Amino acid sequence: MTVGFVMLCHTALSRAAQVARHWAERNCPVVIHVDRRVSSSEFNELRTELADLGNVKFSARHACEWGTWGIVAASQDASSLMLREFPSVRHVYLASGSCLPLRPVEDLVAYLDERPKTDFIESVTTEDVGWTVGGLDFERFTLRFPFSWRKQRELFDFYVWLQRKVGFRRRIPLGLVPHLGSQWWCLTRKTLSSILEHPEREKIDAYFRKVWIPDESYFQTLVRQHSLNVESRSLTLSKFDFQGKPHIFYDDHLQLLRKSDCFVARKIWPEADKLYSVFLSDDRSRQASAEPNPGKIDRLFSKAVERRTKGRPGLYMQSRFPNENWENGRTAGPYSVFCGFSDVFENFEVWLSKASGSRVHGHLFAKERVEFAGGETTFNGALSDSAAIRDYDPKNFLTNLIWNTRGERQCFQFGPADTQDLNWFLALDANAHVSVISGAWAVSLFQSNLNFGDIRREAARLQKAEMEFLNVLRSGYAKARVRVWTLAEFVENPMEPLQTIIDEIGPRHGRRLTEAPRMADLSGFGQFLQNLRNQGMQPILMGDFPVGDDPSPKTTRRGRPYLVK
Amino acid sequence: MGIISRYRLRLARKRWLIRAFRKRRELRSIALRAEAIRSSDILLFSTLRNEKVRLPYFLKYYRQLGVNHFLIVDNDSDDGSREYLAAQPDVSLWTTRHSYKRSRFGVDWLNWLQMRYGHEHWCLVVDPDEFFVYPFCDTRPLRALTDWLDASNIKSFPAMLLDMYPKGPLDAQPYHEGQDPFEIAQYFDSGNYILQRNRRFGNLWIQGGPRARTFFANDPEQAPALNKIPLVRWRREYAYVSSTHMLLPRGLNQVYDEWGGEKASGILLHAKFLDTFAIKAEEEMRRGEHYAASAEYKAYKAGLDAQPDMWCKWSEKYINWRQLEILGLMSKGNWA
Repeated sequence: MTVGFVMLCHTALSRAAQVARHWAERNCPVVIHVDRRVSSSEFNELRTELADLGNVKFSARHACEWGTWGIVAASQDASSLMLREFPSVRHVYLASGSCLPLRPVEDLVAYLDERPKTDFIESVTTEDVGWTVGGLDFERFTLRFPFSWRKQRELFDFYVWLQRKVGFRRRIPLGLVPHLGSQWWCLTRKTLSSILEHPEREKIDAYFRKVWIPDESYFQTLVRQHSLNVESRSLTLSKFDFQGKPHIFYDDHLQLLRKSDCFVARKIWPEADKLYSVFLSDDRSRQASAEPNPGKIDRLFSKAVERRTKGRPGLYMQSRFPNENWENGRTAGPYSVFCGFSDVFENFEVWLSKASGSRVHGHLFAKERVEFAGGETTFNGALSDSAAIRDYDPKNFLTNLIWNTRGERQCFQFGPADTQDLNWFLALDANAHVSVISGAWAVSLFQSNLNFGDIRREAARLQKAEMEFLNVLRSGYAKARVRVWTLAEFVENPMEPLQTIIDEIGPRHGRRLTEAPRMADLSGFGQFLQNLRNQGMQPILMGDFPVGDDPSPKTTRRGRPYLVK
Repeated sequence: MGIISRYRLRLARKRWLIRAFRKRRELRSIALRAEAIRSSDILLFSTLRNEKVRLPYFLKYYRQLGVNHFLIVDNDSDDGSREYLAAQPDVSLWTTRHSYKRSRFGVDWLNWLQMRYGHEHWCLVVDPDEFFVYPFCDTRPLRALTDWLDASNIKSFPAMLLDMYPKGPLDAQPYHEGQDPFEIAQYFDSGNYILQRNRRFGNLWIQGGPRARTFFANDPEQAPALNKIPLVRWRREYAYVSSTHMLLPRGLNQVYDEWGGEKASGILLHAKFLDTFAIKAEEEMRRGEHYAASAEYKAYKAGLDAQPDMWCKWSEKYINWRQLEILGLMSKGNWA
């Protein structure tokens, strides 16, 4: 007993001929169906090419437009011919002209010999399929589809909509239970003949003629009526992309295909010379294994689908430019923004970099230039420190920076004196961890040697900017992780917030801070704020600093005991 | 986009096509081998002037990718480019002495040739210093890409211009004929590109890279555009609007995904910054035949005099397309 191949061909006929010859010469009868839309000269060429082979037959030609009845009719006619002409055939294998056998046909014959009564056909109820594109699954069986999905999409959609609105439903005849599945099957003579010789076949065919994509449902549904032993999977390795279009195999897939141990793969690029020459040769060195195992190929293609539909988070490039809120991550990874810390502490950047092991920049959005870590003039990805380039598109600057440094946590200082264009972007980015000591900018002013009039004006400006920033961070839409302390709160007890922040950043969890950064000298700061007040400017963001009661400097040397679990 | 602006774009497209049709008179055919073009051939269109030294490698590179026929406009070369090209069996050559600038930097000439010869072909439009790289280009010929694009109903394929430069002064390593220019210009900027959407034409406007970093650091808006759509399944009613940066109808510019996914894209490696560049910059400044009165070349000249090295410590050394894919400069999309 043997297996017979039914091949449905419409392009690259010379490749189909090559495969048909391969099978036919190994005692597997082949019936070829050629799409009626193929020119007769091409068809005759194929006939003469295979004329020397007695066990290759050609079946009546139908026009096979995608998603229409023609493909089923072609399969029916070709299968009937196969069963009639070749009585030794026990299994019929439906393949396409762009299929390629990956294992010697003897393997397949032996595999089927061990399972003489099994029908291999993917057949899944409509409730359980996850792969239908366009959302039509059960409705394929209950609506009418007189328009072509490819050429008359608008009419198609309109007609579906109309039928849904009106509540039109076709009746499914003879108690058939709709099943769907891959169109590439391998059925036993018994099952196939009972489908083809069904007494009510006319009625069934008439029904399926108007089902959408009947090639994915005709045999899949009917097999459930006749077969006792359905193995619901396809022996053909065939992967589909997110539009329901088959993935194509090329020469560089050779190793993957070899390791898949599948019997037949589709679809092969017609010019993949290496694949055709390797898999159609009689090279016995390929070791046979019992069960097909397409795991690796599955992963490759599901990754491709994911790349196409979700993309890499935080990447903005020539072929990925998501609309706002469709980014799947505004930036490529988490980063920390510190507001006021470098005012409160001396050399905060150096300390933080040591304590957390991350990259700590100065004010990236400073007015004059980009203050990259270590005072560099360029940074990862050749980002320039030019403020003009950064301000041309600050969002691009930040997303580039975070993308370029994937794998390394970035921290930077930010303050009300910096460019404020990015406030909303930061607030809406779930990757942003923003820690604010509100009013800390006043410390720098306090230490500066400016005219008091200028200080007062600058203080008013910075306070306004910071208040706006805080309002944005507190908005109901904000997704960033935000922590805000007033300066007074923070100075009271700096170690606890610092420890929290370090724990959040650092991969080395549970490490206790041993060294605190040195805090700026704040003696006289309360008086300074009072002076501002006296000048008619109300500093409110700092919290409560009573005049004369300067915060004690004890915290600058060593941290309070900090409890670690 | 309202009906009125759509109609305006339609008129603009018709106008470019009429202009291209009129400009056909400026072209004189030198070697016409276009009757050899078969219906499935992949065509390459290019305009050039005095690029003899680049041509041998250029032709070799694209022949290897699987380009079947070259259609080239020579703008009054006097270095032997014309004679060299005329002798190539797969090149059809036209020559013109008319103004490059007034043909909108060659766009009108090529629009005409594409209208005439490119209909229903995959057409690649590149300059002689641009080298097309696409996903799997080391294992799959260009035809594999165009077949896949056909099967996926994709009509245009983007490839951002990636400026390549050497380490050290540009003139330190002289380029000789036939040499792979990326043996010299090995480096590129991997992550400093600025993208903006052009609402009118629907394309992305990309700037940045080493040119923005070194020549336009104080004036980044003036930095040259890097977005390109060089590979199109051409129809005679299509028209390039400005270089290969954008096309009409505007649907062809929609080469990027807006819902978070990645579409497939390639890269044009730009071998502009070789020792030949200084000479070219000087000549083009004199001729004033380039964009915005060759302002770009003026900026280069000033920049080159001041800072001859484009390399910086974060420059990335080119390896292959997979590296560009990982860096996020191009994407495989759902091609696997």
